[in-house]
Amino acid sequence: MKFVPRPPPEQFVVVTESSQISGATRAPEKRAENGRRAAALLGSAIALAAVLVLSLGLGARQLSVVEVWHGLVDADSAAYTVVHEMRLPRTLLGLLAGAALGVAGGVMQALTRNPLADPGLLGINAGASAAVATAAGLLGVASFQGRVWFALAGAAAVSVLVYAVGGGRAATPARLALAGAAINAALYSYVNGTMLLDSAALETMRFWTVGSLASAQGATAAMMAPFIAAGLLLALALARPLNALALGDDSARSLGAHPARVRVGAIVTVTLLCGAATAACGPIVFVGLMVPHLVRALTGPDQRWMLPCCALLAPVLLLGADVLGRLVARPGELQAGIVTAVLGGPLFLYFVRRKVRA
Amino acid sequence: MSAPQPIAPGRVVAGVALRPRAVAVGAGCLLLATAFGVLAIGGGDYPMSPSDVVRTVLGGGAPAEDFIVHELRLPRVVTALLVGAALALAGAVFQSLVRNPLGSPDLLGFTQGSATGALLVVVTGGSSAALAGGAVLGGVVTGIVIYALAWRGGLHGHRLVLVGIGVTAILTGVNGYLLTRGRLMEAARAMLWLTGSLDGRGWEDVLPLLVATAVLAPVVLLGCARPLAMTEMGDDLARGLGVRVQGMRLVLVGSAVLLTSLAAAAAGPVSFVALTAPHLARRMTGAPGPNLLAATCTGAALLTGADLAAQRLFAGHQLPVGVVTGVLGGGYLVWLLAAQRKAGRI
Repeated sequence: MKFVPRPPPEQFVVVTESSQISGATRAPEKRAENGRRAAALLGSAIALAAVLVLSLGLGARQLSVVEVWHGLVDADSAAYTVVHEMRLPRTLLGLLAGAALGVAGGVMQALTRNPLADPGLLGINAGASAAVATAAGLLGVASFQGRVWFALAGAAAVSVLVYAVGGGRAATPARLALAGAAINAALYSYVNGTMLLDSAALETMRFWTVGSLASAQGATAAMMAPFIAAGLLLALALARPLNALALGDDSARSLGAHPARVRVGAIVTVTLLCGAATAACGPIVFVGLMVPHLVRALTGPDQRWMLPCCALLAPVLLLGADVLGRLVARPGELQAGIVTAVLGGPLFLYFVRRKVRA
Repeated sequence: MSAPQPIAPGRVVAGVALRPRAVAVGAGCLLLATAFGVLAIGGGDYPMSPSDVVRTVLGGGAPAEDFIVHELRLPRVVTALLVGAALALAGAVFQSLVRNPLGSPDLLGFTQGSATGALLVVVTGGSSAALAGGAVLGGVVTGIVIYALAWRGGLHGHRLVLVGIGVTAILTGVNGYLLTRGRLMEAARAMLWLTGSLDGRGWEDVLPLLVATAVLAPVVLLGCARPLAMTEMGDDLARGLGVRVQGMRLVLVGSAVLLTSLAAAAAGPVSFVALTAPHLARRMTGAPGPNLLAATCTGAALLTGADLAAQRLFAGHQLPVGVVTGVLGGGYLVWLLAAQRKAGRI
C-alpha cells in the first residue's frame, strides 16, 4: 500500500511565530491570546490550591480551613496527627501522580497526534501493572522502591509498542484505541493469571490494581518525586519541538526540530511519568485523556502553555476524585481510580458521540 | 497490499455459499476438536484408551466407565466445544460488523458486562447458578447500553468500537472495586471465574448454552452470513443489493451478545478465543468475508485443544483454560499488531 501522509489534525497545529506572516498586525491579538492563556494558568493554580485544602480537610473527620492550617504548622494542634500522618502524604501523592498522568496524556496525544491517546486506555499503565504483578507474584516485591523499577520497565516496553503501532503514520483514533484495548486485555489477563497463582499476591494486588491514593505513606511521595520531576522537566523541554512535530516531520525539520530525537524523548517522558505514578497508586485511566482536552479548550494547542496547565489541572481531577471517593462511601471509601473511571467514562462517551462522525 | 485472490465458485445451499475449501476446513476443525475431546476424556486419574472412550461415549462401556465419562468428563468437553464455538462465532460477527480484525467482544465491553454481573453475585455470596444468571444478565444489559449509546441514525462500526472501549474502561473500574469488596476467599473465587475455567462443569452448566447455540447459530449462519458479507463492501452497496442493513445488524449484535454472555456464564470470560479463531479460520479458508462457519469450527477446536493443554501441560497441576488462551492470545496479538502495522492498516 502506498503511504499517503495524513494532514495533521487541526486541533494539534500551532501557529508558531515563524509561520505568522504579518507579525506587526497580529501583535495585539497575540497579546490578548497570551492574556487568556495566563488567566487559564492562574485559574488552574487557584483550583489546585482549593482542591489541596479540600483534600487535607475532608474525610472521615472534617477539618475547617483554619484547623488545616494549624494542623500543618502547629505540632501541638489536635489536627496535627491527622493532617501529617494521613492526609498530607495522600495529598502529595495525588498531586504528583495527577500531574504525571495529565502531562503524560498531553505528551502522548501530541506524539501520536491522536486525540484519544491516554496512558490508561493505551495500556501503558497496564504494562507497568503487569511488571509489578510479576515482581509481586514471583519475587515477592511489595515496597515502592522495589516496585518502581519494574513499573518503569513495563511502562517503557508498552510505550515503545504503542508508539510503534500508533506513532508516525498517525493511526485513526478508533484503530489506535482498539489496539490499546487489545494490549490492555492481554496484560490484564496476565495480571489476573499471576494473582490466581498466589493468594498473597492477590491480597495486595487486588487493592493496588484499582488505582488508589490510600496506600500513601509519608515516604512514598518523596520517593516518586525525583522520577516525576525529571519527567515533567523533560516534557517542558519537549514542548516547543512537539509543537513543531504537529506540523508533520518535514515542516518540523525545517523549523529546526529533530523528529526522531523528539520521539525518543517523548517516550522516555511518558515512561518516567506513567511508571512512577502507576508504581505508587496503581493503574488509573482517563486522567490523561480528559485533562489535555479540557486544557486545549482553555489555552489552545500550544504545548508550551498546555503542558504546564495540564500539570496544574490534572491533580485537581485526581485529588477531586479521591476526595469524592472519601465522601460518598463514608466511613469506607471509593478508590480514586474507580471514581475517575466512573466519572471519566461517561465524559469519554459524550466526547465520542459528539466529536467522532461517520 | 496482497493481490486479489480468485475465489472458487461455490454451490449455494439454503442461502449460504458453500466453498469446498471452507467446508473442508470446518470438517477438519471439527475432527480435530473431536480428537482433542477424546484425548481429554481419556486422561485423568482413571486413564482410558481412545477406543474405550469412543465405545463408552457411544453407550457400550462398563458402569464405572460409563459414570466417569458421562457424568464427569463428557460435560467438560461439551462445554469446551460449545463455548469455543459460541465465542468464535460472536467474534467473527463483531469483527465483520466493526470492520476491524481487533473488534472482538472481549475488547468491546460485552465480556466485561458479564464479569460485572457475575462479580456482583460473588460479592453478595450467591450460588453458582446465580453466578451464571448474573453473567448473562450483565452481558445482555451491557449489550443493550452499548447498542443504544452507539446508535445514531444507525449503528456504525467505528462508533461501536469507541463506545465499547469507553464502557470497558468504566466496567473495569467497577469490577476492580467489586473485587476489593469481598473477603479473600470470595476474591479468589471471583478471580478464578474472571480467568475462565472449565473445572467441574456438569450438564446443568452446559444446557442453556446448548439451547442458545442450537437456536442462534442457524439464525446467524444461515440467515445473516450472506448479507453480512455484502455489508463488508459498504452499507450503500449492500442496501442496493436488497440487504436491510440496520435490521440485520440488530439481529447480529443481539445474537452475538447472547452467545458471548451464555459462554461467559458457562466457563467465565475466556479471553482471546473470539479474537483469534476468526483470524485462523480466514487464513485456512483463504476466502474473504466473515467466514462464520469455519470460524465457529475453529473456535471449538481451539478451546478443546487449549483445555487439553491446560490439563496436561504441568503434570499434577491443572491450569485454568483462560491462562492458556490468554498467553497464546497475547503472543498472537503482538504478532498481529506488528503485521497490521507493516501492512499499513493501523
